[in-house]
Amino acid sequence: MHAAQRLMIMALTGVLGLLAASVCFGAGIPDQITINSIQKYYGPVNFNHAAHINMLKDCGLCHHHTTGAQVADPNCARCHKNSGAQAVVSCKGCHVAEPFTPEALKQQRDQQPPIYHRDKPGLKAAYHIGCVGCHQKMSGPTGCQDCHTRNDSGDSLFKAGNYAPKTPAKPKPAHH
Amino acid sequence: MIERRDFLKGCLACGVTAATVSVAGTNAMAAGSFEGYPDAMGVLVDLTRCVGCRSCEAACNKEQNLPEPDLPFDDLSVFKEKRRTTEKAYTVVNEYQVADKETLFRKMQCNHCTEPACLTSCFVNAYTKTKEGAVIYNEKVCVGCRNCMIACPFNIPAYSYSSPLNPLVKKCIFCYDTRVKDGKPPACVEICPQQVMTFGRRADLIKLGHDRIQANPGKYVDKLFGEKAVGGTSWMYLSSVDFDKVGFDGHMQNEPIISNVKDFLGFVPMVLAIWPALFTGVHLLATKNKDGHHDHQEGDHQ
Repeated sequence: MHAAQRLMIMALTGVLGLLAASVCFGAGIPDQITINSIQKYYGPVNFNHAAHINMLKDCGLCHHHTTGAQVADPNCARCHKNSGAQAVVSCKGCHVAEPFTPEALKQQRDQQPPIYHRDKPGLKAAYHIGCVGCHQKMSGPTGCQDCHTRNDSGDSLFKAGNYAPKTPAKPKPAHH
Repeated sequence: MIERRDFLKGCLACGVTAATVSVAGTNAMAAGSFEGYPDAMGVLVDLTRCVGCRSCEAACNKEQNLPEPDLPFDDLSVFKEKRRTTEKAYTVVNEYQVADKETLFRKMQCNHCTEPACLTSCFVNAYTKTKEGAVIYNEKVCVGCRNCMIACPFNIPAYSYSSPLNPLVKKCIFCYDTRVKDGKPPACVEICPQQVMTFGRRADLIKLGHDRIQANPGKYVDKLFGEKAVGGTSWMYLSSVDFDKVGFDGHMQNEPIISNVKDFLGFVPMVLAIWPALFTGVHLLATKNKDGHHDHQEGDHQ
């Protein structure tokens, strides 16, 4: 009896999940996104987009005003309350990978109108500020290696794993 | 009697000249008047974004070819104590308990002052403030006197105590040689996952910092640390708590450190120029007086 109940609940959850997925993903929304913008030191992150959609049910929490959802930030709502869905929705569509090149800085300075969107984080920061900020609030994983698998050159950078300091840590000298 | 009066007049004249020179000197060399090179770069640090991952420390170590650290850079036990910059680490992150359950992390490194105290304190002129904003130094001329370590209001220059034969001062150079010179951001800025640090023209960053405060008035204290402190620094900070709570001196003077000693230092060349003339005059008058007295005595006898 108990086993059958459990089975039914599981089946029902599965059907509901599929239903939600089909509603959301009708418009070419990816279930899974491979993020590999820092592959120099870390393996790619397989971001489960579908699971996050099912959990949050509000695209505007991550995608600002671009999906046509209600804008979360009151500063954005001043202009974008009714601006509707945009052609570009992905993070990398607006957030550049290298925000501090001379060209990027010039573009930022010459932007018209000279207000708003000027303090736009680069792609890596857009991911992290969004992900880590929400994970902190919702008690999600926040450690670097909870999401990222560090590769060999990452170990070499962090002097960890095979590259860990051989000499035992010395006590700090008394003088500075 | 007449000679004595002349002598006093002479002294007065010298005094007036000295005072004039001194006043003119102070005006011409007023500290704090240098507003920085117009296109100097800077970094805006937002303490509310830092998660204490220490990636900046790792990137700095690699970029500057620094010696192996005592512990791996992913070891978070280092936060148990407050660390400072050393010859092996030009930047370190410290953790501050700012409220019951709230901690903030702060990365420390050279703040690249507009009027650097290290530069003004260095008697071999090892330091240079470049037009890009970096405060760099020439190891070849450094004699290891450590004046800059005493002068720095942020406690930044470190010393190579490990090298007894040729100890030198060591500090962050804003990745000048390898990056900032070519318009690229420093290694720590580039690697930061949270973009705690925003690289750009200092003048633009001041606006950006104030805009960020204005857009989130509840989030930040209304101060951009480094905009004015000690005459302005290239690295500037935003915080959600008073700057004293994260290891800064929140009441740091706005005048450059050199202003504290400039009045005194202004006297030195004056003393060198005037005292020889003054005392030569005194000597001549004294000698003349002796001769005159002799003549006078002779005249009296007649």
